[in-house]
Amino acid sequence: MNSSVIEFAGLTKKYGSFTAVDHLNLSIDEGEIFGLLGPNGAGKSTTILMMLGLTEPTFGTVRVCGINSTTNPVEVKRKTGYLPEDVGFYDDYTGFENLIYSARLNGIPDKEAKEKVKYILDRVGLSEEINKKAGKYSRGMRQRLGLADVLIKDPSVIILDEPTLGIDPKGISEFLELILKLSREEKSTVLLSSHHLHQVQKICNRVGIFVGGKLIAEGDINTLSNKLFSSDPFHIEAAIRQDEKVGSPDIVRNELVEKIKQVAGVHYIETFNDTFRISCAEDVSGEIARVIVESGVQLIHLSGKEYGLDDIYNRYFEQNGNSN
Amino acid sequence: METVTDISNRMKRLTTIFNKRILPDIEREQERQKVNRVAPGAFMVMVKKEVSDHIRSWRFIILFSIIILTCLGSVLSALQGFSDAIKASQGDESFFFLRLFTATDGTLPSFFVFVSFLGPLLGISMGFDAINTEENKNTLSRVMSHPIHRDSIINAKFVSALAVLSVMFFLLGFIVMGMGIIAIGIPPTPEEFLRVICFIILTILYVSFWLNLSIFFSVKFRQPATSALSGIAVWLFLTVFYSILVSVVAKAAAPSEMASSQQVMKYQQLVFGMQKILPSEMFSDATTTLLVPTIRTLGPLTAEKMYGTLPSALPLGQSLLIVWPQITGLVAASILCFVLSYISFMKREIRSG
Repeated sequence: MNSSVIEFAGLTKKYGSFTAVDHLNLSIDEGEIFGLLGPNGAGKSTTILMMLGLTEPTFGTVRVCGINSTTNPVEVKRKTGYLPEDVGFYDDYTGFENLIYSARLNGIPDKEAKEKVKYILDRVGLSEEINKKAGKYSRGMRQRLGLADVLIKDPSVIILDEPTLGIDPKGISEFLELILKLSREEKSTVLLSSHHLHQVQKICNRVGIFVGGKLIAEGDINTLSNKLFSSDPFHIEAAIRQDEKVGSPDIVRNELVEKIKQVAGVHYIETFNDTFRISCAEDVSGEIARVIVESGVQLIHLSGKEYGLDDIYNRYFEQNGNSN
Repeated sequence: METVTDISNRMKRLTTIFNKRILPDIEREQERQKVNRVAPGAFMVMVKKEVSDHIRSWRFIILFSIIILTCLGSVLSALQGFSDAIKASQGDESFFFLRLFTATDGTLPSFFVFVSFLGPLLGISMGFDAINTEENKNTLSRVMSHPIHRDSIINAKFVSALAVLSVMFFLLGFIVMGMGIIAIGIPPTPEEFLRVICFIILTILYVSFWLNLSIFFSVKFRQPATSALSGIAVWLFLTVFYSILVSVVAKAAAPSEMASSQQVMKYQQLVFGMQKILPSEMFSDATTTLLVPTIRTLGPLTAEKMYGTLPSALPLGQSLLIVWPQITGLVAASILCFVLSYISFMKREIRSG
């Protein structure tokens, strides 16, 4: 099971004096969904291009399923499906014809191809639009067609470059569901790049954070947040509603903040009007709730917050900014 | 003495040896090659798609009809004055069938002039958006992610356009010949037929030069409009401005009246060389030589050379020999453009978005 399918070894790409990818070492296991995260221009796309042999690394190697992408790109492309950032289709062809063409390029005999294309279009939810010209497809539909194009060769590795870009929220969650489902059913390894953290967080087993061509952290989201926020790993959010009769809202709030600060384990508290964000060393939400209720204001909600990728991301950027 | 049975036994033994020892090796080798090969026929699949795209595109339909119409018009105008030509000619030696392609009654230019004028436009129009449109529509990176070699794309573009052009020019040539046979009632002699075939092949070579040039521009320029305009600019420069340039240079370099005949000769050769290096000049020289068999040389002719020659037509082999440099030049120019576009396409990084 845990054999690595994608392996980067010291992968570097330079454009003149600019280093787009800097000594990338990473291995991705079979069946994993790996999220490559980073801001625009971090080198995610370049990395993907090198995986497919569409551009040559300055040095270092990429191996996909044990095959060197630079020296034997055709073999790699046989096993790898790639959905580019902004996938394009031949506008005068219908979705069906576009996929038939891809099937032919993959050497699938025509008879088999027709059935397969129909089946795949059904899976990605485009069976209604099968005879519509690809030029008339919406962005979300094109993305689905792109996924179908990837699936036509039964890939063991699926690479998705910014798959959620430009689709509406509902479309995004549907699309990600689809990827998740497919990866589970087909047991294929998925590598997806994104700068959208929330979306990726939902489906990735593991993420790598890519900034300025360097992989600065990798691991599952819990590991990452623990690594980063080791001093106060717990985050509690509380919202209150004040009764006008008790006293001036500001005074009451400040008193309350002082009280909460005295709870053992609380390190830091931020207020946004009537919402508090509390960082603490251990889970003391019960204690905080008691303090708030005793002070005579209403507690509207209290929730323990886990660190999301956003926080991780921001934290890294802060660190990066500081070090520069 | 070996009997027949001996020989057949030996044959059998050899066959078994072949089947047992050699055949498996061959099969294994074939199997291995199959694994390493690109999906069989991926290149042909691409060529087929490109060909059908060309044929179905409005651009090709329009250009094709323009060319068909103008060429038919020119043939009709050639036929107008044909009866006089037949009367004046004596027998087969005059190659009057070839006049279909060269003659005119003055209202319209002749067939081969039209072809040399519209051919480049056709070549440019079929290649100028070959690569950049795919790039702009982001289909290139998607297609490249399928198991195909990168060069198949540019090769398929070239081969498909060339195939369409070839079919079209052969069709055109045969239509003209057919019309000629119907109109004048005399079939072409084999030599005339071969000359027309050579002319068609030459035309395809010439147009494929412009095709390659425009494919090169389509690799270089991201905007199809830029690439089309650069193609047309080169065409205009070569057909109009270059000859002006040559005449300016020629005037500047003209020897004085006192110059020796050798100097005059050298000067003539210089001017001549400057003019003849153009693809369009090469094409028109080659076509006139092929279609007008009485042309005996393309260079300057001195009185000594003319002395004692018989005013007769050359056989096809000799005509081809005269235009061999032109044909080589056209092929070379065409290959040069293709190599340039091939190299710059292979070095290109294919990104989407």
